[in-house]
Amino acid sequence: MLGGANKSFDSHTVLDRLDLQIDSGEFVALLGASGSGKTTILRILLGLETLDSGEVLVTPARSTVFQEPRLVPSKRVWRNVVIGLDKGSGTREAAAQALEVVGLSRHVDAWPGTLSGGEAQRVALARALIREPELLLLDEPFAALDALTRLKMQRQVADLVDRYGPGVLLVTHDVEEALVLADRVVVLEHGRICLDRRVELPKPRRIGGEAFDTLRDELLAQLGVDQSDRQR
Amino acid sequence: MSADLAGTVAVEEAITLVSPRVHREQKRNRFRSIALRVAGPLAVVGLWWLLTGTGIIDPTILPSPLVTWKTFWHLLLHQDLLGDIGVSLARAAVGLAIGAGFGLILGITVGLFRLGEELLDASLQMFRVIPFPAVLFLFIVWFGIGETAKVLLIALATLFPMYLNTFNGVRNVDRRIVEAARSFGLRGRRLVTGVVVPLALPSILTGLRFSAGVSIIALVFAETINANKGIGYLANQAASFNQVPVLVVCIIVYALLGIFVDLCVRILENRLMPWRRQVAVR
Repeated sequence: MLGGANKSFDSHTVLDRLDLQIDSGEFVALLGASGSGKTTILRILLGLETLDSGEVLVTPARSTVFQEPRLVPSKRVWRNVVIGLDKGSGTREAAAQALEVVGLSRHVDAWPGTLSGGEAQRVALARALIREPELLLLDEPFAALDALTRLKMQRQVADLVDRYGPGVLLVTHDVEEALVLADRVVVLEHGRICLDRRVELPKPRRIGGEAFDTLRDELLAQLGVDQSDRQR
Repeated sequence: MSADLAGTVAVEEAITLVSPRVHREQKRNRFRSIALRVAGPLAVVGLWWLLTGTGIIDPTILPSPLVTWKTFWHLLLHQDLLGDIGVSLARAAVGLAIGAGFGLILGITVGLFRLGEELLDASLQMFRVIPFPAVLFLFIVWFGIGETAKVLLIALATLFPMYLNTFNGVRNVDRRIVEAARSFGLRGRRLVTGVVVPLALPSILTGLRFSAGVSIIALVFAETINANKGIGYLANQAASFNQVPVLVVCIIVYALLGIFVDLCVRILENRLMPWRRQVAVR
């Protein structure tokens, strides 16, 4: 939860009296053009940046999946998954189970350098989920993946979130991804929220259909993408 | 220009097609690799033999390989060459351990902490450029003509390559990975030993290679000034009695020590960084 948050970098106001609340179990997608402050919000929630003024409250148990996998290359995959956990919960068996959930049981003992981009990102996902966080922060996690892997991963994340039920904040610039995954969509512009809408489409979500398209077009318009040529 | 009914247009000039040139990666033949590595030194020995055998070089100035070989065996069997080598190697090893050890700690401290850098780096850079011959005399005055001065000189000489490379390695660690590790709860000592140092290891080991080489050079120097055992002592004696073959053997032994030490570091590299084997460029 962010209350009245203000943040500036070098006299450039990134966040301007921002209020944002995520309830437990709620999946919120944060959309916005580059430079609108999306990543800053995430970093503040993570504790990597401080606010100039305002308050921020987060659950103690939170995990992140970054845009790059950010695995430690000198540790085997399973050790990366249990990084930061104490001896009791950070066992190889626990890691193996987490990796099975994302479909990577074959790579438990592999070195991160041998994994493909999609596989490494799935390891990062396992790493985030093994801690059973109450808040899951996703910073454009699929941006660096190829389109097919991206679709698979979106589905996987949707399943996992349904299963384990953390609150989720997904930062993305992909409107369709936001609509497929989120319960609520928030659009950020110049450090302020300009749209905050519940997504009432039935689950499981599919891309396409009238309701989907209308909502998507509205969001794109809000983001400044010209829709006039889509009327073919 | 001609056009057929389907609407496609034939191009006027035909383009000559070529098959793509394949850059074939050389298959790494183990035997061939070793053969090539040995070929260089063998060529040098061959040239040496040629020059001394045909009398182009006076045998009193440079003995032939054969004479050198015989002298080597004589020293080995009758004059405790192994003992001398052992003493020299021990000096270099201890000096290297002290110097590289301090270099590592200093490099990590200065690389990680702003305060460390502000306090220490300028002083270290100043000391780095003092030539160690000058320092040796000072050490002898302070510590006398014993092992301490020699070992300390080697330690001083080996400290700086290790410090510089470690500092560099730690500074250039991918900050994003460190950030991610930190966000998952890794702090302080565990972060440094578990993430930062392994990521900086390639640079640290390069520093070790440099330091290892310098240790032999500093060893040579420290031993020529004063020693009562060791290769340098042997060389000193040989010089005063004008025994050129012995001198040549000593030089070759020093060179071999250098290669040996380098090989040790290479093996260490392989052991300490198993994850690089599949990932490094070559």
